[in-house]
Amino acid sequence: MAPILALENISKRFGAVIVADSVDLALNDGEALGIIGPNGAGKTTLFGIATGTVAPDAGRVVFSGEDITRLQPERRCRRGLARSFQIPQPFSGMTVFENVVVAAAFGANERENAVYHRCAELLERCGLADKANTRAGGLTLLDRKRLELARALATKPRVLLLDEVAGGLTEHECSALVALIKDVRASGISIIWIEHVVHALLAVIDRLLVLHGGKFIAAGDPHTVIRSQEVAEIYMGIDADA
Amino acid sequence: MQWFNVVLQGVLIGGLYAMFAAGLSLIFGVMRLVNIAHGDLIVLAAYISLIVTQAMGVDPLTSLLLVVPVMALIGYALQRGLLNRTLGEDLLPPLLVTFGLSIIIQNGLLELFTADSRRLQAGTIEILTFQVTQSVWVGALPLIQFGVAVAAVAGLQALFYKTALGRAFRATSDDQSVAQLMGLDTRHVFAMAMALSLAIVAIAGVFLAIRTNFDPAIGSARLIFGFEAVIIGGLGSMWGTLAGGIILGISQAIGAQIDPGWQLLAGHIVFLAILAVRPQGLFPKVSG
Ligand SMILES: Nc1ncnc2c1ncn2[C@@H]1O[C@H](COP(=O)(O)OP(=O)(O)OP(=O)(O)O)[C@@H](O)[C@H]1O
Ligand SMILES: [Mg+2]
Repeated sequence: MAPILALENISKRFGAVIVADSVDLALNDGEALGIIGPNGAGKTTLFGIATGTVAPDAGRVVFSGEDITRLQPERRCRRGLARSFQIPQPFSGMTVFENVVVAAAFGANERENAVYHRCAELLERCGLADKANTRAGGLTLLDRKRLELARALATKPRVLLLDEVAGGLTEHECSALVALIKDVRASGISIIWIEHVVHALLAVIDRLLVLHGGKFIAAGDPHTVIRSQEVAEIYMGIDADA
Repeated sequence: MQWFNVVLQGVLIGGLYAMFAAGLSLIFGVMRLVNIAHGDLIVLAAYISLIVTQAMGVDPLTSLLLVVPVMALIGYALQRGLLNRTLGEDLLPPLLVTFGLSIIIQNGLLELFTADSRRLQAGTIEILTFQVTQSVWVGALPLIQFGVAVAAVAGLQALFYKTALGRAFRATSDDQSVAQLMGLDTRHVFAMAMALSLAIVAIAGVFLAIRTNFDPAIGSARLIFGFEAVIIGGLGSMWGTLAGGIILGISQAIGAQIDPGWQLLAGHIVFLAILAVRPQGLFPKVSG
């Protein structure tokens, strides 16, 4: 079966920093894929390349069999590719409900009054129902992260790219989030999840990739990968730096 | 009573200034574009109305039915075809390009219509007046003009907060890149903002041209009135823009009463005073 999202031979550098060096990545339909790697490895940049906000120096982005490398970000979104941001970026002057409505109406290309009901349900599901009329700029970190998720889901994605949604949350908040992401996945949405909080990741994903030095240095069964020599080496490296 | 009359006239002309300002404020708010050609576009609208009134034999207010959509179309095309290409991190390219546009429009109009001053004739409505008190009279046209200005501002406000397009404007204004990732075609959103801006410009241009003589060179002064009203009112707030226009109008009316030569000066002084004391304007939008 052809992957639903594939990065093929992607290279990207910022000045002298090589963040992707002929990277290949394939996400199968219905799969949940985890990515770990040290800070600055280029994980977030891969999401930028997939969603069209960062142009790769070389390589192709293929979504559902079509080459979308040159497609505008809004077109990619409408085809079903959504992401959340590591540092939440809500439309801060708008209410929580309006944030989700904009994403639902434009991201899923539907009339605004056709999306209200769906948006209310989505806020309920993401634990934001009581904040619907709050200005998004005034939310706590947890609620901002929930809104990132709600807004991405509002676009009716087939593929959801999650960038460090669990960081900075308490144990309790984190397990609620894991439950929500499992639920999203069960609804048929394919997921790539970048996360430093490994135990949250392991509770959801089928496959784990390790990005380091612009390349995936390990890939496969999450529990096997996490105990591998490669992972031990780079994370020891981090410990030594710290 | 005389002063009451002066202030009243100031308020009424302030509506016109608010319409100059609303279009400027709208596009600056949505896409951080400072449109130097705004005043010349007001004059362009006046000339288009002149053509329509002469060719079709209708009065200027009726001509708005045609002038407004024509200007909106020009706005959409201008933004899509030219101005979108100038937008980016750097604020200078759009400034330079709209400055160039201003010169092109002015000289184009000069070529087509000469430097003769013109006037739109609105007919009997121009002399229709109401007596408010024994010594205070108000013209029907200034009243209509003010009513239209208030309606335009109220309409924009409602559009911003109650419609899908308005939410698209606000989302794009907040973060263009994120808006795109939520499926918003920002080039289209910007073009819609410019279309709306020029629709208001069309109304403002026609009222201006009924009130006063116009020629191809008067655009830059209108641009300045528009800027002053925006800054006085505070960026990002449409009602603030109306207030800014009214304050500018009253200042000019009072200045003119003291000495006819002081009309513009008084407006500039009040503008500078507010800029010095409250640079964010009187009614800025609560920032995100
Ligand atoms: N727009 C940019 N211009 C220049 N350098 C950039 C840009 N975006 C990212 N970088 C650099 O590219 C490298 C990879 O960044 P990226 O954000 O993709 O890393 P990451 O793996 O997501 O890191 P983290 O775990 O800290 O989120 C970093 O060194 C970063 O400084
Ligand atoms: Mg990152």
